Amino acid sequence: MTDLDERALPMTDSGILLAERPSVGRATIIGGPPPGAATLEAKGACAWFGERLVLEGVDLIMPAGQVTALIGPSGCGKSTFLRLLNRMHELIPGAALDGEILLDGDDIYATGTRAQQVRMRIGMVFQKPNPFPAMSIRENVLAGLKLARLKCDEKDDLVEQSLIRAGLWKEVRDRLDSAGGALSGGQQQRLCIARSLAVQPNVLLMDEPCSALDPTSTRRVEETIDELRGEVTVVIVTHNMQQANRVSDSCAFFLAAENQPGVVVEQGPTRKMFENPDDPRTLDYVEGRFG
Amino acid sequence: MSETAVDDAPAPIPASPKVGPTPRIVTEVPSAVDRRFNAVTMGAGISVLVLLLLVGGFLLIQSSDAISQTGILRFLTRTEWRTDVQPPAIGVFGLLTGTVLVALVAVFFAVPLSVFCALAITEYSTARRRKWLIGVVDLLAAVPSLLFGLWGFLFLSDKMVPISRWLSDNLGFIPFFHTEQNASLTGSIFIAGVVVALMVLPIITSVTREVFSQTPAGEKEAALALGGTRWGMIRAVVLPYGRGGIIGGSMLGLGRALGETIAVALLLPQVPQRIGDSIHILQNGGATVSGFIANRAGADSFTVSGLMAAGLVLFIITLATNMVASVVVSKSRSGAGVDL
Ligand SMILES: Nc1ncnc2c1ncn2[C@@H]1O[C@H](COP(=O)(O)OP(=O)(O)OP(=O)(O)O)[C@@H](O)[C@H]1O
Ligand SMILES: [Mg+2]
Repeated sequence: MTDLDERALPMTDSGILLAERPSVGRATIIGGPPPGAATLEAKGACAWFGERLVLEGVDLIMPAGQVTALIGPSGCGKSTFLRLLNRMHELIPGAALDGEILLDGDDIYATGTRAQQVRMRIGMVFQKPNPFPAMSIRENVLAGLKLARLKCDEKDDLVEQSLIRAGLWKEVRDRLDSAGGALSGGQQQRLCIARSLAVQPNVLLMDEPCSALDPTSTRRVEETIDELRGEVTVVIVTHNMQQANRVSDSCAFFLAAENQPGVVVEQGPTRKMFENPDDPRTLDYVEGRFG
Repeated sequence: MSETAVDDAPAPIPASPKVGPTPRIVTEVPSAVDRRFNAVTMGAGISVLVLLLLVGGFLLIQSSDAISQTGILRFLTRTEWRTDVQPPAIGVFGLLTGTVLVALVAVFFAVPLSVFCALAITEYSTARRRKWLIGVVDLLAAVPSLLFGLWGFLFLSDKMVPISRWLSDNLGFIPFFHTEQNASLTGSIFIAGVVVALMVLPIITSVTREVFSQTPAGEKEAALALGGTRWGMIRAVVLPYGRGGIIGGSMLGLGRALGETIAVALLLPQVPQRIGDSIHILQNGGATVSGFIANRAGADSFTVSGLMAAGLVLFIITLATNMVASVVVSKSRSGAGVDL
């Protein structure tokens, strides 16, 4: 943890972020998710595309308020696992699954649980920035409220708070009414983060959120993740080992042997995973010797 | 350098040794196969244009008699069509009114239906049902318009009377929906429009479906991942993206509806009328250019010349509508929704 703290100090942006924070409390959303971070737990999670089993028996706890990184070579099922966690997997024709995903103890796949409710509580940021290009920045941030039919009386506050939390407020405060598609790639990605945060979710899933971004934008997004620690549970897929090392509290290493479904080889505190993992394959991977 | 024209290809080699950059246009010499293929495709494209010009020229020559006798302005603004008086008094305005009203009624009903059809196909169907639905809509396009006309005339007309009656009773205060006492409610512009709506449904559906299916998957997933319902996602992403396609498809449908002939020839009495005069879209009456021409073809030479003139007007209007529509559609495909 100490290296995280050291890192946070020289960054002027973090200071600005804190200074920018409005003195008023968080804008309240009526009908939204319950407040605070939530623990997410996968029990024996399996996933199929058609006949093909691509993920088998994943047991993983993602503790409330912590950042969990999912690492592993391409095609081992990280994205698939992430999409199991907020019921996006089932949108793909022919996709099937087994096992349980518990959100604060309740299975999100239990009969009678609506996918919309689940997705409102578990937000997602995608690899490719996908703001709604025809909507203004402000509308983009508020899109989740509209889509999930939630009410908020302090919309302006909510827009400001969400953009501040995503580290975008300073850059766009003067042009909230310009189109979301007119931002740079890095700004678009932070807009997408702001959009997810505006619904005040308990969990935020991020699938390689920085892979299309420049180093500066990447640093801003990492800062944002750092700021979210404690408020939201973050699960992030990344191919960047330094990034996983920097931002995450714990780590899970996915691996799929040839023509075999992906499994979690090892999981644990990030420090241990990077310094003295139990499995030699983990060490090989984090030190860049294969994958 | 100054006397070297940029578009002289191949660029002439400068006579004197040069300093500084010289613009040079590189053109590839196409192979024999490419040249032949190019000639064939160009020929096909040009022949369509020539055909269009021939039709337009034919109409212009044939109609010159009637137009020169009547005067172009008079012909365009006169409602009645009488060849039994001397000199004959003919005009296209009454026909145009009917044509436009039928087309508007048709588009009014066809557009929402088509959009929902297209959404059902692209957003609410499994792969199998999608194929099946597309087949059904294509089948609808393959039904000869005569059958639609007969079906409308023999079956639908009577069934629509109660609806017309209800509309006229409850919304009669709106000018168009007013009906006269004891007027027959069959053979109305309203009913003709409904039948034509079914005929233009396939084209509007296929254009909007095409555009909807190009909606960026990332934006759709974003909307769903925020906790949106499928319908919410459609409203937030698919419809805004497809707006250009809906407008363009509707205009293509409008172009079709304007020219629709057999069904309206069967359904309407084909007596020219004019707005503010005696237009009641819910009651018997009305005429359209194409229906009128179909009914009167084979009359004396002056009447035929007048019909040609009416046809020319319709030709120009549909051509213009279709051109605007294709521009709108082609624009909507590249980067719709990205209004910066
Ligand atoms: N829509 C799909 N249909 C069929 N198979 C799929 C689909 N999406 C992914 N797969 C398969 O599932 C396996 C896991 O894919 P997944 O996208 O989860 O990998 P990943 O770990 O995220 O890889 P990357 O790091 O490259 O993003 C792959 O073998 C892939 O071929
Ligand atoms: Mg992936």
